Amino acid sequence: MSSPITLYDKIWNDHIVTNNDDGTSIIYIDRHLVHEVTSPQAFEGLKISGRSVRRPDFTLATADHNIPTLDRDKGITDPESKLQVETLEQNCADHGITYLSMNDNRQGIVHIIGPEQGFTQPGMTIVCGDSHTSTHGAFGALAWGIGTSEVEHVLATQTLIQSKAKNMRIDIQGDLPIGVSAKDIVLKAIQTIGTAGGTGYVIEYTGDAIKSLSMEGRMTVCNMSIEAGARAGLISPDNKTIEYIKGRPFAPSAEEYEKVAQYWMSLASDEGAKYDKTISINAKDIIPQVTWGTSPEDVVSIDGSVPNPKDEADVEKRKSMMRALEYMGLEPSTQMKDIKVDTVFIGSCTNGRIEDLRAVSKIANGKKVASHVNAIIVPGSGLVKKQAEEEGLDKIFIESGFEWRDPGCSMCLAMNADKLQPKERCASTSNRNFEGRQGRGGRTHLMSPAMAAAAAISGKLSDCRDL
Amino acid sequence: MEKFIKIKSNAIPLPMVNIDTDMIIPKQFLKTIKRTGLGKNLFYELRYDENDKKISSFVLNQDQYKDSQILITGKNFGCGSSREHAPWSIADYGIKCIIASSYADIFYNNCFKNGILPIILGEEQVQEVLEAAEKSLNFEVDLEKQRVSYIINNEVKEVEFDIDPAKKACLIEGIDDIGLTLNKVSHISEFEDKQKSMNPWLYSQKLK
Repeated sequence: MSSPITLYDKIWNDHIVTNNDDGTSIIYIDRHLVHEVTSPQAFEGLKISGRSVRRPDFTLATADHNIPTLDRDKGITDPESKLQVETLEQNCADHGITYLSMNDNRQGIVHIIGPEQGFTQPGMTIVCGDSHTSTHGAFGALAWGIGTSEVEHVLATQTLIQSKAKNMRIDIQGDLPIGVSAKDIVLKAIQTIGTAGGTGYVIEYTGDAIKSLSMEGRMTVCNMSIEAGARAGLISPDNKTIEYIKGRPFAPSAEEYEKVAQYWMSLASDEGAKYDKTISINAKDIIPQVTWGTSPEDVVSIDGSVPNPKDEADVEKRKSMMRALEYMGLEPSTQMKDIKVDTVFIGSCTNGRIEDLRAVSKIANGKKVASHVNAIIVPGSGLVKKQAEEEGLDKIFIESGFEWRDPGCSMCLAMNADKLQPKERCASTSNRNFEGRQGRGGRTHLMSPAMAAAAAISGKLSDCRDL
Repeated sequence: MEKFIKIKSNAIPLPMVNIDTDMIIPKQFLKTIKRTGLGKNLFYELRYDENDKKISSFVLNQDQYKDSQILITGKNFGCGSSREHAPWSIADYGIKCIIASSYADIFYNNCFKNGILPIILGEEQVQEVLEAAEKSLNFEVDLEKQRVSYIINNEVKEVEFDIDPAKKACLIEGIDDIGLTLNKVSHISEFEDKQKSMNPWLYSQKLK
């Protein structure tokens, strides 16, 4: 019998087109997601060199980064954003690529609609010119973000030149305590290994706490693998994966489904497979997490306080902590629960799915958003929005004082009109708390949807388990 | 792509760790449909104040570093978003070489597609070249010999660096990856035929 190997190794082996003399491999790409921001220069490159798109049938495009979440029927008013979206539409039309436009109710954030449409399937290699492509790893697909030159390479050849990464396993043992979510797991993991801890690795998440997560929760965990420096996150496929994909628009047909599902299950990492590195975290030690600084590794528990740079031995680290505290307008040792917020953003490819909105509605139901807080909810796709409305969640949100918007990336990266003002403090379910990420001078605290909802209601960072 | 041979220039010291691609080029400049013209917005929020005025204390705004082609910076440079606008803005500004102790993966790869050499040195070596960059105006990066040299206190110092031979060749010859891969297009077709016979469902999926 051959020796046991990981899910990553299996997918890698199955996609080698050829090994190059220099140790790199040409890897076949099964599916390519395209959006308006990182693709125009790639299509331009194709045109200049007279090349065509090899597999338009393996490519799916939408506009998400740059589109308004209000008054969508009026179109895009920003001329640059408008041109970028129109350029994508034209490129898709020219090359026969399926495009979900802003006014199609299947449109949404590219990493939400891939799984939603069944485009994302176990064992596939999936790329997109967006670092949060790691999201799709929740299905046991090897998925990673690429730059625009590589987008062009995939369009032209349906392959990429890659070096094999190392295998890391993050094992979350035991049961998650009540009120603790997938977001708390991944924030804890990033805090544990650091923002460069995963560089050069593909991270596979294992353990009972991961198995117990829904597909939505698994996507949240894999989504933020890049914030730990790993290009890709993975979770082995199981029955939940197979049930989720069944019947979706791109899914294999009912006749062949059982056979395909068997193949998918066979891709799971073998018992006894070797990992280059293993990290173990006990789920019962995780309580709701929030960030205090300007790097996703700047994480504390909600019952903790802002750290003191004086306690940091490493000089470089101390300097960056001081810079982060100044930017965030925080004093060392302040209790996290004493930090007031001005804005709450619920959405993004990390936490813009139906389960996230349900978690918010549970906290918000029958309560009011604090009078000084501006809280917006941006569903991840038109179908998430529709589902939420069918469940009556929109009424709960509006009644509580949240704004209920149209789908898109919105304030996660603030390319559209949704952005923070200087010094404005935001409880956000997104993925990056970098300086200026949500608007110049804006101050971001990352947390789960339930925690962001709790912050909206109480007007300050709060433990969602207390509400 | 322009060939990378040897550069002589002074070097910009930017001793910050975890500089992310949002910091290198903020989102308002990602709406372009071109690769060029981003250099003036490189490090925008560090370089200009709220009124678009240059912040004189920022290193890129200091006269002595005006035409520098080398940037020396802290570890995990280029983390975060995959935006290739980051290396585009660096290249458009005129920087052809970066020196740091580590880089984020996607950014590192993006550099090679844009003729930028990202050199990795040990943390102590980076510290030494950072200090030298404050004083010395004479740096030379020789990719062929894999060597950074600089003159400080009338003395020539040399530091050697490692680089993957394939990546080195790409920069020196200014190779277009896509052309190289298309030379092996028969392998790609063979792969597709084999995959189609083994996993046929992958080839029949349409948006229903």
